[in-house]
Amino acid sequence: MLLLLKFAVLLLTLGLCQGNRQPNILVEDVEDVEPAFEPSRFGSLWPLPQKVKISQDSFKLGSSFRIVDGKGSSAGSSCNILQNAYRRYYEYIFGGAKRQGLGKNRRSAPSELTELRVYITSADSECDGYPSVKSDESYDLSVVQPFAVLRAPKVWGALHGLETFSQLVYEDEYGAKSINATAISDFPRFAHRGILLDTSRHFLPVKVILANLETMAMNKFNVFHWHIVDDPSFPYLSRTFPQLSQQGSYHPYTHVYTPADVKMVIEFARLRGIRVVPEFDTPGHTQSWGKGQPDLLTPCYSGATPSGTFGPVNPILNTTYDFMAQFFKEISSVFPDGYVHLGGDEVDFTCWKSNPDIQKFMDAQGFGKDYSKLESFYIQKLLNIVTTTKKGYIIWQEVFDNGVTLKPDTVVHVWIGSGTNEEMSKVTAAGYTTILSAPWYLDYISIGQDWRNYYKVEPLNFNGTEKQKALVIGGEACLWGEFVDATNLTPRLWPRASAVGERLWSSKDVTDLNDAFNRLSVHRCRMVERGIPAEPLFYSYCPREYKGL
Amino acid sequence: MAWGQNISEPCLLKTGIGCPAVSAGDEAEMGVMSTVSSGQHTRPMCYLLLLMILQLGLHTAEGVWPLPQTLISSTERFHLSPQAFYFGYGRQSAAQQGCSVLDAAFKRYFALIFPDYTSGRWNLFSDKNEKDGTLPFNVDKQFTVEVSVDHNDCDGYPNESSSERYNLSVFSGRASLKAVTVWGALRGLESFSQLVYQDDFGSYFVNKTDIKDFPRFQFRGILLDTSRHYLPVQAILKTLDAMAYSKFNVFHWHIVDDPSFPYQSRTFPDLSSKGAFHPMTHIYTQSDVRRVISHARMRGIRVLPEFDSPGHTKSWGKGQPDLLTPCYKGGIPSGTFGPINPALPSTYHFMATLFKEVSVVFPDSYIHLGGDEVDFSCWKSNPYVRAFMQKMGFGSDFTKLEAFYMENIVNITSALNKTSIVWQDVFDYHERIPKDTVLHIWKGTPASYYAELSRMTKAGMRVVLAAPWYINHISYGQDWHNYYTVQPLNFSGTEEQKKLVIGGEVCMWGEYVDATNLTPRLWPRASAAAERLWSDEKQTSNVDMAFPRLQDFRCKLVRRGIQAEPLYVGHCKQEYQGI
Repeated sequence: MLLLLKFAVLLLTLGLCQGNRQPNILVEDVEDVEPAFEPSRFGSLWPLPQKVKISQDSFKLGSSFRIVDGKGSSAGSSCNILQNAYRRYYEYIFGGAKRQGLGKNRRSAPSELTELRVYITSADSECDGYPSVKSDESYDLSVVQPFAVLRAPKVWGALHGLETFSQLVYEDEYGAKSINATAISDFPRFAHRGILLDTSRHFLPVKVILANLETMAMNKFNVFHWHIVDDPSFPYLSRTFPQLSQQGSYHPYTHVYTPADVKMVIEFARLRGIRVVPEFDTPGHTQSWGKGQPDLLTPCYSGATPSGTFGPVNPILNTTYDFMAQFFKEISSVFPDGYVHLGGDEVDFTCWKSNPDIQKFMDAQGFGKDYSKLESFYIQKLLNIVTTTKKGYIIWQEVFDNGVTLKPDTVVHVWIGSGTNEEMSKVTAAGYTTILSAPWYLDYISIGQDWRNYYKVEPLNFNGTEKQKALVIGGEACLWGEFVDATNLTPRLWPRASAVGERLWSSKDVTDLNDAFNRLSVHRCRMVERGIPAEPLFYSYCPREYKGL
Repeated sequence: MAWGQNISEPCLLKTGIGCPAVSAGDEAEMGVMSTVSSGQHTRPMCYLLLLMILQLGLHTAEGVWPLPQTLISSTERFHLSPQAFYFGYGRQSAAQQGCSVLDAAFKRYFALIFPDYTSGRWNLFSDKNEKDGTLPFNVDKQFTVEVSVDHNDCDGYPNESSSERYNLSVFSGRASLKAVTVWGALRGLESFSQLVYQDDFGSYFVNKTDIKDFPRFQFRGILLDTSRHYLPVQAILKTLDAMAYSKFNVFHWHIVDDPSFPYQSRTFPDLSSKGAFHPMTHIYTQSDVRRVISHARMRGIRVLPEFDSPGHTKSWGKGQPDLLTPCYKGGIPSGTFGPINPALPSTYHFMATLFKEVSVVFPDSYIHLGGDEVDFSCWKSNPYVRAFMQKMGFGSDFTKLEAFYMENIVNITSALNKTSIVWQDVFDYHERIPKDTVLHIWKGTPASYYAELSRMTKAGMRVVLAAPWYINHISYGQDWHNYYTVQPLNFSGTEEQKKLVIGGEVCMWGEYVDATNLTPRLWPRASAAAERLWSDEKQTSNVDMAFPRLQDFRCKLVRRGIQAEPLYVGHCKQEYQGI
């Protein structure tokens, strides 16, 4: 899905040549905004909750402050997700320095907040489960004296509520942790709020993935779309087909994800209410698969003889489908999420066209010269295979565009940057659930505050009925890996992805760019303080600059 | 180039914010990774051919970045063992044991040459061997790098005329490094460290090599902007480390500007206590500055401070009342302030005192005086400034007022025995500036900076070129190509004129950069400029040939703990381990 966008960039450049003022307007727009460092009336909340009421009354968080399970909560001390989150947020709130000892038995001052009580209100807290696209993520938070109360039907909402609570805490002029009396009622606008990381073009050490899951939680993202393999390398260590990474990764030991690594990522994500949706993109984008799996890829021909190069997955061999059946059986058990992303984008037909066996097959099937029919034939068989594993599937938009028969619950992922709104109309008119990524390709960089462009996107701004719009379950910010690895990924992603995070979480009418700038500036400094090298929005400073050099 | 005329116009701000990024439209080149097979690079260039051959061979050195002037290398290789590796001074060397610069460099380069050894991994191996009794005595053959310099400048500072020339010969069991100055020896040590490589079993090797090297340009700088974002000292020191790896030799410290004044002045402490983002945490104390200068000196890097005036001084006004011009609106002061007030004698008294301090704190013989982007509207609004114009006979030509101010400032620094360096604006508005002033080009497209180079050098002025290396401008793709293919001397002028171009500078303005993203944004993109400024242009004009070398160098930077970003799809043997 990269080629077309490159083209779009080229167009933009050409636009410049013709004296098209548009890029300049964008830049001027940035210039006009003298950064207004006025504090927002919503403090540093990000993404902005659906309903917020912050009063002027403030309380101190004393040394005895605790986050505790509320009495009668359906999740108790055995709930790992919550207990881990309590500790995490306690450390975030107090900066890791646990101020023990001093006045431990001191009676709390009248303006002191002593506890945050967390109640899971529905009978099944889902504490031991995995988040899903249907998870209830809502919560209510009330900060009053002497106890703040967080209520959520499920643990997923409680996690978001804890993040929100931690964002309400600030330091007064004496450095004391303070919080204002607040009432918040919150839920996400969209159920699918994702980040795509590409671990094939550059290998990302597990540590980097975990750090970004941590940051995703700070921004209330809930889907890690793991574009784990692609042409350049195959770092996924398959138990069934170990040769795939043995031969196809950059290095078979240092540049692979072992089953233990994958497990760690999934559990780390679960503890933060994040789904891990793996993508195994076929039939294109599979050069690295061919190294460890002979006969999987189509041999390309030069004239009448094989040229020694290979094209997409070979769709005419039964062995291909046997392989896929076994492979996706493994995937369906390794990745607990209800969905797997099957790719299906950017299939180049030239190699198929060159191969005489494929031509024969095309004739036998009556496909004529229409290679998109062959592609559909492959995808169709693949979808049937994946259906038997009881997983739902997500596919890039071309699969839909090419008219492949899809199950009604298929999710179509829209990524092409031109005609996006028309595509959204078409896909939803056909009754398919949709995810939007086209406006949020964060690997495209330019000088200036491009987060504003991501922020201004309105995902439902296409022609369609209310019913169609309800089919848009969310969006994803994509950080493709051509120019990104562990050295620059985190500052490139954050806080630019945060802009997408608010668009997908907050109410449709949260569109005030100045207020967003004010909140996001502080939110970015909070990420920095939590050890995440989130880059600056514009000239300014953070009270505590990044120290992780 | 067609886009030239369009992009030049809006680029009015020195930091280039407000200018569309120069996108080279090189999308088509992005996939081009083949280097040797295309057959178009078969010009008779012995060293390059040799390098290419080495790249094809297994487990050999990928060479040195920036490319030495001559490098002859053979496939004969020598094993290096950290337990039997020594640096030493040649008997004829003017510097001997106790030379602070070289003693420290030996320690530093030992760790860079043997990263496993110093990280402790090597000890694990050798301990095991000892327990097994397999290594009862040291069987490794000794290897010594013998360094000789002509001048004992161990306690000095590098300066504008320091020789950085060195010759390096690697033989069996020893290497000979000869240089005029210790600064040249540092460059040679860097090259030597890049020649050493590890095979798949972790053993270290160096090939028989002969290098004769010197920089093409004397001035090879990096500008960091610590006003728009404060950069912790640690970030500056790390940048100095990486600069040494790419043989940069000038750290242009754009230390103050409109947004903040982090320099803690001894004479005027209010400047930072009122003008910094925070008076305690976001300042550079005198000891911070000394630390930066000393760290730079140890790496043969000059520290060139910039105190930009009369524009870009908003933050100065907070701690120095009456320094800035009060702007007027409808006959009364509007409460806002403009550039430094050139009409008051107190201004010059203040500037003389400040620069006296600066000239003592910063040992380099250059001081950067800025002088760019002066907005006249506030001066125009102020009745006292207008009266001063009348008195001086400037009419309504405010460039004359600016010239008057700059002349005064240049005279102040001249009296302090410092060479002034100023942004090109100062030359553009009034050519009457002392001949020994250095001009700094920052504006425009190739066409316009070539014209400017011609004009300036024709006037006999020395020039530093920064315009093509505004590295804070980011765009999608391999933009290092643009920095690499600059031809600094491709302007019309005599040989004498060309000699007046003393070098170039990579600028990292700070609007969008702080400690979180500085390093990956700077490296390895700045390294592309480094090769342009150090190496022979004919040998290094092809980006496809540079690509694998730069890719390899980038992995070396990562291995050394510099989070240099990737050029394109691929991997490093040791990936960056931070986040």
